[in-house]
Amino acid sequence: MSEQQPEPEPGPTLAVEHLEITYQVRGQDRPVVRDVSFAVGRRESYGLVGESGSGKSTVALALVRYLARNGRVSGGSISINGVNPLSLSPAGLRNLRARTVSMVYQEPSRALNPSIKAGRQIAEVFEIAGLDRRSSFESAADMLRKVQIADPRRVMDRYPHELSGGMAQRVVIAMALAAEPALLILDEPTTALDATVEAEILELIAGLRQELSTSVLFISHNLAVVAKMCDRVGVLYAGELIEEGTAEQVFSESRHPYTVGLIRCIPRRGQRKDQGRLDAIPGFLPQPGRTASGCVFAERCSLVIDECRTAPPPSFDLEPGHSSRCYRHADVAELPRMTAYEGEDLGTAGPFTTPIVAISSLNKTFGSGENAVRALANVNLTIMRGETLGLVGESGSGKTTLARSLLGLTSPDAGSVMEFDGVALPARLGGRPIEQLKALQIVFQNPDSALNRRRSVRWLISQPLHRLAGLSGGRLAERLNDLVRSVRMEQRHLSLRPGQLSGGLKQRVAIARAFGGGPRLVVCDEPTSALDVSVQAAILNLLADLQAKEQVTYLFISHDLGVVRYLSDRIAVLYLGRVMEIGPAEQVFSGPHHPYTEALLSAVPSLDGQRAERIKLTGEIPSAANPPSGCVFHTRCPRRLASGVCDLTEPPLEEVEPGHFMSCHIPLSELRRLQLPVQDAAPDSMQK
Amino acid sequence: MLTLYLLRRVLLAIVTLWLLSLIVFLAGQVLPGDPGRAVLGPLASESTVRAYDHQLGVDRPLIVQYLSWVGGLLHGNMGTSYAFRSPVEPFVISALGNSAKLGLLALIVIVPLGIAGGVLAALYSGRFIDRVISLTGLAASTVPEFVSGIVLIIVFAIALKVLPVQASTSPGASFGDQLDHLILPVIPLVLVLFGYIARMARAGTVEALDSDYARTATLKGLPRRTVITRHVLRNSLLPTITVIATQTGYLIGGLVVVEQLFNYQGIGRLVLTAANNKDFPMLEAGVLVVGVVYMVATLIADVLYTTLNPRLRAGVAR
Amino acid sequence: MSAELITASPGEVAVAHAYAAPPAQWRLLLRKPTFLVGAAILLFWVVCAVFGHLIAPYDPLAQQLLAKNAAPSGAHWFGTDSLGRDVLSRVIAGARDILTIAPVATLLGAVLGTALGLVMGYFGGIVDVLLSRVVEAVLALPVVIVAFLFIVAVGPSSLTLIIVIGFIFAPLIARTVRTAVLVEGQQDYLSSARLLGERPGYIMIAEILPNVLPVIVVEFTVRLGYAIFAVATLSFLGFGVQQPTPDWGADIAANYGLLGAGYWWETLFPALAIASLVMALNLVTDSIEQVLSS
Repeated sequence: MSEQQPEPEPGPTLAVEHLEITYQVRGQDRPVVRDVSFAVGRRESYGLVGESGSGKSTVALALVRYLARNGRVSGGSISINGVNPLSLSPAGLRNLRARTVSMVYQEPSRALNPSIKAGRQIAEVFEIAGLDRRSSFESAADMLRKVQIADPRRVMDRYPHELSGGMAQRVVIAMALAAEPALLILDEPTTALDATVEAEILELIAGLRQELSTSVLFISHNLAVVAKMCDRVGVLYAGELIEEGTAEQVFSESRHPYTVGLIRCIPRRGQRKDQGRLDAIPGFLPQPGRTASGCVFAERCSLVIDECRTAPPPSFDLEPGHSSRCYRHADVAELPRMTAYEGEDLGTAGPFTTPIVAISSLNKTFGSGENAVRALANVNLTIMRGETLGLVGESGSGKTTLARSLLGLTSPDAGSVMEFDGVALPARLGGRPIEQLKALQIVFQNPDSALNRRRSVRWLISQPLHRLAGLSGGRLAERLNDLVRSVRMEQRHLSLRPGQLSGGLKQRVAIARAFGGGPRLVVCDEPTSALDVSVQAAILNLLADLQAKEQVTYLFISHDLGVVRYLSDRIAVLYLGRVMEIGPAEQVFSGPHHPYTEALLSAVPSLDGQRAERIKLTGEIPSAANPPSGCVFHTRCPRRLASGVCDLTEPPLEEVEPGHFMSCHIPLSELRRLQLPVQDAAPDSMQK
Repeated sequence: MLTLYLLRRVLLAIVTLWLLSLIVFLAGQVLPGDPGRAVLGPLASESTVRAYDHQLGVDRPLIVQYLSWVGGLLHGNMGTSYAFRSPVEPFVISALGNSAKLGLLALIVIVPLGIAGGVLAALYSGRFIDRVISLTGLAASTVPEFVSGIVLIIVFAIALKVLPVQASTSPGASFGDQLDHLILPVIPLVLVLFGYIARMARAGTVEALDSDYARTATLKGLPRRTVITRHVLRNSLLPTITVIATQTGYLIGGLVVVEQLFNYQGIGRLVLTAANNKDFPMLEAGVLVVGVVYMVATLIADVLYTTLNPRLRAGVAR
Repeated sequence: MSAELITASPGEVAVAHAYAAPPAQWRLLLRKPTFLVGAAILLFWVVCAVFGHLIAPYDPLAQQLLAKNAAPSGAHWFGTDSLGRDVLSRVIAGARDILTIAPVATLLGAVLGTALGLVMGYFGGIVDVLLSRVVEAVLALPVVIVAFLFIVAVGPSSLTLIIVIGFIFAPLIARTVRTAVLVEGQQDYLSSARLLGERPGYIMIAEILPNVLPVIVVEFTVRLGYAIFAVATLSFLGFGVQQPTPDWGADIAANYGLLGAGYWWETLFPALAIASLVMALNLVTDSIEQVLSS
């Protein structure tokens, strides 16, 4: 293939100069990307980070000239391997897309044509390059081997819906790299994948990059992933590149208030809720297309001076390769806390000893006969009053089913026992008395789906007050105002509908609904996963505050381990419907811990620097319809015992230390010896 | 496993068919009027009418009548017409044949036209040609067939005198001549069905064009034409194909009207006349035959959809 | 949409957009030529339906046997039919029945269909399966045939037409509503409602219905077109409005045999009336859909 490629031009693979992209909305021009300049060198990996509205995906689309009909590049230039995609003829553009640039998107199974077999779709790339049918298929199989698919022929014969998420993404990557492009653009390629699968895909991409000497443009909102994968990083805010440098420079020696603020929003280095609240960025994410005079970040910046508002700051070169668009870049290191928390009760750190929820022998099977899927298998769990129990697990772990069973939204199998405050909890929601309905509530992941979009905020928050708390008239109005204040919303939001609110505000409404009836336990099902990073911090703070004030217990479900660690007192790790480990948060995180927990922790990238060598898990998460025998984790466990006991007997959940339970055949002392302690500095000795 | 699914579908169809036969039979029994009286006229005496009724067997209990009817059907005997005093089959068979000719001609015109129209509208979505096709389709699909039929007759048969008014030809007429007579009746049918099929094809194509996989195909460097023919169409036309099969219902309904207007001896006209004459055996046989045709069409649609859709095929196969 | 600047309190991230309020949509509608034309024609026929007896130049039932089958002229703009009745008057008066029966029938079907669809979609399970089987069996025959079978059984009248068409449309509308309800069922707000102790009936009406209402409205307007189609067709076949009441379909049926003799006006004008009404309705429906989707 390579002999058909033109000789690479000297100079960067991708050079973007003063790029400006404008969209036409209802007859008005709205600039979405402004004066963005960056370059990606040969074999270099460049990360573009930003939140919603930053314009990062728009930049990527412009590079391959795939903007929507109402979008256009209104200024600046793009050069890929010396070629300007904007001035190409249709044939030239096709050639560019086929040979020089490839893109990988977020949802791999949707990116593949559901009616065409996987192999054919990969072979197509080779056919475009001129190979005949047979050779294309051969090359496609080779490519699949390169992305570490052991049995390429079998995969090639499958349809996309028959492939798992990780497998599908490998196929998409194979397709993208088949033409050995000079530039590979990845737009949130692993956001939809499980942690352990994500780690493998990221490693794959890094490896292939080396092998094929491809330049990579990596677009993501996940700072940790970008820090891990990229040599250089550019931070986009409201369509402008506000800081640029090496990953080290941008994340550890940040020189822009926004970058610093963003990093502070993420719980780090074992930060816990009882030590302080997260620092959020005040103000709001600007809407795309707003024209601003002066710095785009001025209205939210705590270092702002007059000059910032009148003249947009140019890009200041700090060290070679490190630049920042801030007049006060020199003072950024001393950036004060942007949000003050005075006099807020941080809450107690425990210990929590009174059980509020007792679950034993919880089983849930979906379907029957051959197609039976055991979502939960013999789960025994106790939740203590006042604590936050974090529930961690990948897809198929059963964590959502557990929550739904507890709430009564799903009926567990017969024989399952659930108790609330010593009183039996009927399986069906309809059979529960109103006290139990009041006591157990939930905050869902997706506020768009969780709020009735046709109802006003006032109606939405009044419902629980009316139905659960039994309030009406003046008393209801009073309590309504209290609630609105406590979730930090304002009166004027009451007459709006969900569609008119931002993600953060919608989630506050959902939280107000959950707390309206005065619950004792609130299930938080990934409450911040659908929100931008800077918004997450505010919502987490709110949840922590409400817990301190109302003394509620949380069952906190999340795939974001940093967030779980911040909020949780105890953590339970689920795998394939079974509890692998449960214990105090620090113990579960620092170790010694269950091999699965170990692998999970090592798979998740963190801004705090790389941990020790990643524990690689082989294979995919097994299907819940056909769980492995013995310990369900044994098929992927790197510490599987040679004696074979792991294959045959399912280990019971035993207390290996006071309060710390594990389901593993390996004794704790052995695990302590084998596992390297997780290095995390204490929160007050933060690095510069 | 695919055959298991097929078997289930066929069984379901048979059950529905049985329900249908019940409904048809009962509806026939509810029809007011006494067959004997209807045939012999108002001047015949009571005893003659009763004797006639007894001959026809309509004075037996309902269950017996139903069972004997079903029994006869299973033997291929559709009963004896009250009005013509002769077996019903030849009428029904020949009427079915005529309707089939008309229906098939309509389908042959409609399918490529509807699909092409819908796909074209989708490719130029939002632009003038899309609006024209969509509006035309929408307008045409709700104008009753007899209305467009009348206008067509007046323009082509009466004013311009280029086409015949009636659809029936004398037996033994040449193919070309038969075709000539069928042109006018086919047009109203085509108009009505065009809108619906075009709309389905358009919706399916638009969705496929906006999909992630269409984006992947384009960004692979494929020319637009290949993206459409190889990637988009096979996904967009799948639902359309099944819709076509289900349109037979409307086609049959349209046939009733068109046959009446153009005086064409099809099954629709047969059923209509039988209903007016209170000729129960003819009516029941005719309606049942129509029901069977519709069931077969939907069955074919279901099977087609399942076999062509890889997602479903796998699910069924497991 | 313009963004409102809000003074944010510390730790708060908030934004609210000024909503494109419904009044603006009405204005958009009024600017569309398709809507205006369609609405004008509809309005004309509604006026005929209501004030027909005042507008018509002659009594629609009055027979003038000396002026049978007279071609259009100054005295009779649309000519006369085989019984000497003025065609123009009959066309004007004929609007009333079709514009009464069709909307009422559609409304009946919509109400029944919505109730059925809500129940089928919300409860699912065995209820849904059973009802679906029944719906399928009912729809096993084309609408027209089912309709006239029942009408023949019961006897033709306006009320029969309304009931028959309404009951036939109910399952069709139910299917669409059911699908919309199933889509809503995947949203979390329904689980949220159940957790508040809301009972199924309340959930269906207060939570789900407002969200499927747009679907129902569109379905109603589409079905209205088909209702007009059905009423006209059934009248043509002889199962609708009976003579001597003026009705477009029935008049065509009575007079199309005379086409061979060259008496075209007796059938053309009622046919054009039907066509214009149907097209007008389509133009209006289409413009509403255009505005809603933009």
